Amino acid sequence: MGKVQTIENMSIKKMPVEKVLVIEKLCKSFGDNHVLVDFDLELNKGENVAVLGKSGSGKSVLIKCIIGLLTPDRGRINVLGQNIDEMNIRELDEIRTKVGFLFQSNALYDSMTVRENLEFPLRRHWIKITVAETERKVIEVLNNVGLLHTVDMMPAELSGGMRKRIALARTLILDPEIILYDEPTTGLDPITAKGISNLIKEMGEKYNTSALIISHDMNCIRATSDKIVMLIDGRCYTTGTYEELKENKDPKVKQFFE
Amino acid sequence: MSLPRTWQRFLNETGELSRFTGRFFSQGFKPRYEISELLRQCYIIGYKSLPLVGLTGFIMGLVLTMQLRPSLISYGAESQLPAMVSIAVVREIGPVITALIFAGKIGSSIGAELGSMRVTEQIDAMEVSGTNPFKFLVVTRVLAATLMLPVLVLLSDAISLYGSYLGVNIKGVTSLDLFFKQVFDALSFDDFIPAFIKTYFFGFAVGIVGCFKGFNSKKGTEGVGRSANSAVVVSSVLIFILDLLAVQITDLFGLN
Repeated sequence: MGKVQTIENMSIKKMPVEKVLVIEKLCKSFGDNHVLVDFDLELNKGENVAVLGKSGSGKSVLIKCIIGLLTPDRGRINVLGQNIDEMNIRELDEIRTKVGFLFQSNALYDSMTVRENLEFPLRRHWIKITVAETERKVIEVLNNVGLLHTVDMMPAELSGGMRKRIALARTLILDPEIILYDEPTTGLDPITAKGISNLIKEMGEKYNTSALIISHDMNCIRATSDKIVMLIDGRCYTTGTYEELKENKDPKVKQFFE
Repeated sequence: MSLPRTWQRFLNETGELSRFTGRFFSQGFKPRYEISELLRQCYIIGYKSLPLVGLTGFIMGLVLTMQLRPSLISYGAESQLPAMVSIAVVREIGPVITALIFAGKIGSSIGAELGSMRVTEQIDAMEVSGTNPFKFLVVTRVLAATLMLPVLVLLSDAISLYGSYLGVNIKGVTSLDLFFKQVFDALSFDDFIPAFIKTYFFGFAVGIVGCFKGFNSKKGTEGVGRSANSAVVVSSVLIFILDLLAVQITDLFGLN
C-alpha cells in the first residue's frame, strides 16, 4: 500500500503541467453576431493545440483576442500567467515578445526587404541589440526555414510558400514561448502546405514552443497538433486527438473528417 | 425627424476625422519618437515630390504671365507684369496649386499605402511587433507632410518666378536683374508670411486626411482604391476651405 502511494506521489511530482494559455468563458460579439460564446481552452507548455472550425466560425477572432488585437466582451485570457485584460500597453508589448503570431496573409512589410522584415521586431523589442547580434539572428532563422538566399529580396519577389516561411522566420526571431498560427496553409498547394506543416512541427520542437493552430486543413492539423478543439457555434464543442475525433459519430464532428 | 443618410455619413466621417486628429495630438508628441522614420518620410514626401512641384510651378508662372500680358497691355500697364505675377503667385496661386498637386501625389499615395497595409494585416503585424502603428505610420507621415509642403511651396514660388521671367521675355526684353527688382519691390512680408503660414495647415490637412482614409480602410482591395481616391478629394476640398479661412483671418488683421 505504502509502495503504491509512493509511486502515485512520484508520478504527480514527475509530471508538473504548466499552462501557458488559459481561456475561460470568452465572449465576443459583433452587433447581433455572437462569434464566441463562453469559449474555454487550455494550452500546456510544449503542446500543440489546433482549433478546428468552419470559415467564419470565429477562429481568427479568438486568436486576435489572445494577442490583444481585439478586446473580448467578457471572459478571461491568461497568457504565461498574466491576464491580458489587466495589462497596460507596455505590459502587452512585453507579453507579445513571448507570443509569436503567424498571420494568414503573412503580413510581410511590402516596402522592406526580407532582412528588414526580420530585423524590424528585433529592433523594436530589443533596442540595445548590436548589429552583429541582429545579423546572427537573421541568418539563424533564415537558415532554419531554408531561405538564406532570399535575405536581400523583396516580399513581392517570393512565392506564396516562401513568404509563409519568411513570416514564420519573423515569428521565431524573438524566441517566443507560444506561437499562434492563423490558417498557416490557406492558399498553398498541397505539397507546399505539407512542407509548411512539417516546418511548423520541426520548428516547434527546435525552439521548444507551444502552439495554437487555427485551421480547417485536416492534413495540417493531423501533422502538427497533439490535441484538437472543435469550435462550433462559438463554443468549445468537443476536444480530443485527431484519431479520437475521427471516430466520433456526432454529425457535427464527423463532417470535418469526411 | 431624422437626418438624410448622406448627412449622417458626413457627420460621422467628420466626427471620426476629428477624433483621429485628436489622437494625433495626444500621441504624436510623446516618446518614443520615430525620428528615423520621420526623416525617411520627409525624404519621400518632400524630396521625391520636388520634380513634379518644380515642373508645375514653372509652367504656372509661364502661363500666368502669358495670360496676364494682353489684359495689362489693354490698360497700358505692361510694365507691372512682374509685380502682378509675383503677388498672385506668392499670395495665392503658388500655395494653393502646389498644395493641390501635393494632395494628388502624396494624399493618394499615403491613402493607398496605409490602406493596403491595413487590408493585408501589416498594421496588425506592426502592433504585434511591439510598435505603435499610429505613431510609426500616422504621426511620421502627418509631420513630414506638414513640414515639407511649406518648403515645396517656397521652391515652387521661386521656380514659378523664373517661369514668369521666361514668359516676360517671350514677347519683350527684360533683364533678370530688372525683373527680380520689380518682383521684390512689389512684394512685402505681409504678402509672404500669411501665405507661408497657411501652407503648414494645407500640409497637415493632406497628411491627416490621407492617413485617416488609409488607416481606416475596409473592404479589401476595393477599399484601398476608395481610400486613395477619397483622400485626394477630401484633402483638396479642405485646402480650399482652409484657404478661405486664411483669407478671412489675414483680412481681419489688415494684411490684405
